[in-house]
Amino acid sequence: MLAIASALSVDPFVFRLAIFTLACFVGYFVVWSVTPALHTPLMAVTNAISSVIIVGALIAASAHAFIGSDESVKAAFGMTRLFGFIAIVLASVNIFGGFLVTQRMLAMYKKKG
Amino acid sequence: MSANLAAVLYLVSGVLFIMALRGLSSPASARQGNLYGMVGMAIAIITTLLSIRFDFGTMAMVLGGLALGGTAGAVIARRIAMTAMPQLVAAFHSLVGLAAVFVAAAALYAPEAFGINNADGSLHMQSLVELSLGVFIGAVTFSGSVIAFAKLNGNMSGAPILLPMRHIINLALVGGAVVLVFMLGGTHGVGANAQSIFWILTLVALVFGVLLIIPIGGADMPVVVSMLNSYSGWAAAALGFTLENTALLITGALVGSSGAILSYIMCKGMNRSFISVIMGGFGETAAAATDDGIERTVKRGAADDAAFIMKNAGKVIIVPGYGMAVAQAQHALKEMANLLKEEGVEVKYAIHPVAGRMPGHMNVLLAEADVPYDDVFELEDINTEFGTADVAFVIGANDVTNPAAEDDPTSPIYGMPVLNVWNAGTVMFIKRSLGAGYAGIENPLFFRDNTMMLLMDAKKMVEEINKAL
Repeated sequence: MLAIASALSVDPFVFRLAIFTLACFVGYFVVWSVTPALHTPLMAVTNAISSVIIVGALIAASAHAFIGSDESVKAAFGMTRLFGFIAIVLASVNIFGGFLVTQRMLAMYKKKG
Repeated sequence: MSANLAAVLYLVSGVLFIMALRGLSSPASARQGNLYGMVGMAIAIITTLLSIRFDFGTMAMVLGGLALGGTAGAVIARRIAMTAMPQLVAAFHSLVGLAAVFVAAAALYAPEAFGINNADGSLHMQSLVELSLGVFIGAVTFSGSVIAFAKLNGNMSGAPILLPMRHIINLALVGGAVVLVFMLGGTHGVGANAQSIFWILTLVALVFGVLLIIPIGGADMPVVVSMLNSYSGWAAAALGFTLENTALLITGALVGSSGAILSYIMCKGMNRSFISVIMGGFGETAAAATDDGIERTVKRGAADDAAFIMKNAGKVIIVPGYGMAVAQAQHALKEMANLLKEEGVEVKYAIHPVAGRMPGHMNVLLAEADVPYDDVFELEDINTEFGTADVAFVIGANDVTNPAAEDDPTSPIYGMPVLNVWNAGTVMFIKRSLGAGYAGIENPLFFRDNTMMLLMDAKKMVEEINKAL
């Protein structure tokens, strides 16, 4: 059954790999075009956007065990929600801190005159 | 929300992140770019919130977490001094790394919540490998960034710490991690065993992260910060594979390549290979070879002399370095430039790629002091101009002006691109002492006839020059 499925369709992993590979190339070209004067804001903003990992944290924080699951499963879900909460706090420090500090820096760059 | 719509919205947020980075190609479009980034993040968060099951307890937890972290982040962003930006970025990297560890742990503890489990609750080997990569890179990013933060913030000496057999220890740790990943695969991600293995793997990665950064000296910090930036991206990308999330995949790839490119630029700026930086120990061996017994004299100057020479100059090129950041001299420097411009002197700034402790560090400080960015030039754009300048005003920089990099093959920095300040009519060095630079190398420029040493705290000296002007 599994063998038939894999013979007829491409594993979704391959599509994700394709997105990832293409995004690496996009990143390569986009980052080379960043002016060196803005390399510090670049680091601050990449910091902020890499905190999009918060989507995983949100899912974890909202994890619910099925009703009637045994105790060990419930305990695991309890831990998951805790992990999710911690990760939400960490990531949101970065999101708010990263974007705002970038904004603060960028506001300082002025032209002559 | 349907899974398809959510996937499309994650893609939109990924594209907005690309546009956020694209905006940074010029200061004029950068603010707009930052806005795209914020919108992209908002879309990603709202999409997730609309896709999950929401009861009151969950809502309170999620909003509480966002408010708590968000407030902390906003306060930090508002208060942080621009000179402390390298520490801040290192601290932020550590948070991304730690968040990645916890998200990976959540995926292992409750794969059902992420919809990545098999029918019997187990995990695919593939998911486990992705997850292990995420937690390993995340933990390395975390502990490495903590060390980088401590070094940049002065909680720890910037000197390299070289453990005996450190390469062997590191290899053993990586080997151990690979074995642990296989063991984790053997458990199919189920049960207490899988969880113990996961945390042991995390611990191994944390130790590896510390050992990776402690041998790297302070002069190589720009590379370290860029490298950790890159790692935080790869950790996010690995979890993007696990969680099957496009926004994470795209962002991880962007951040990963961004950090990698910055590391490359920094390495090139020092003429070092990435491997040699990682191996560490730079700045330790060089310090010994300075005293060759030749008596050399230094011409010291006072603020009045410096002011007089610059007032009568046609063109002054200012070369700022880390010392300017330490002394917080950028505002006084800008005032000096203004006074000189009033006298009809042409003033420009020359920035070496590795000046300061992180990429673009000097540019931000000058921008903070209201220096217009079209007065600020990169090394390759201004290096030929020193010949036409009457004064090169070096403030808090040293190694990046060392002519030994061009004419002394025995120098540890030989081959490094340097600012050719010696071609200027007079070279003024503001330094606190005659000591060697961060790389521990003596600068022969100090002893030349057309060099004037202004030995004092950078800020005080510039203020005195301003008075004399």
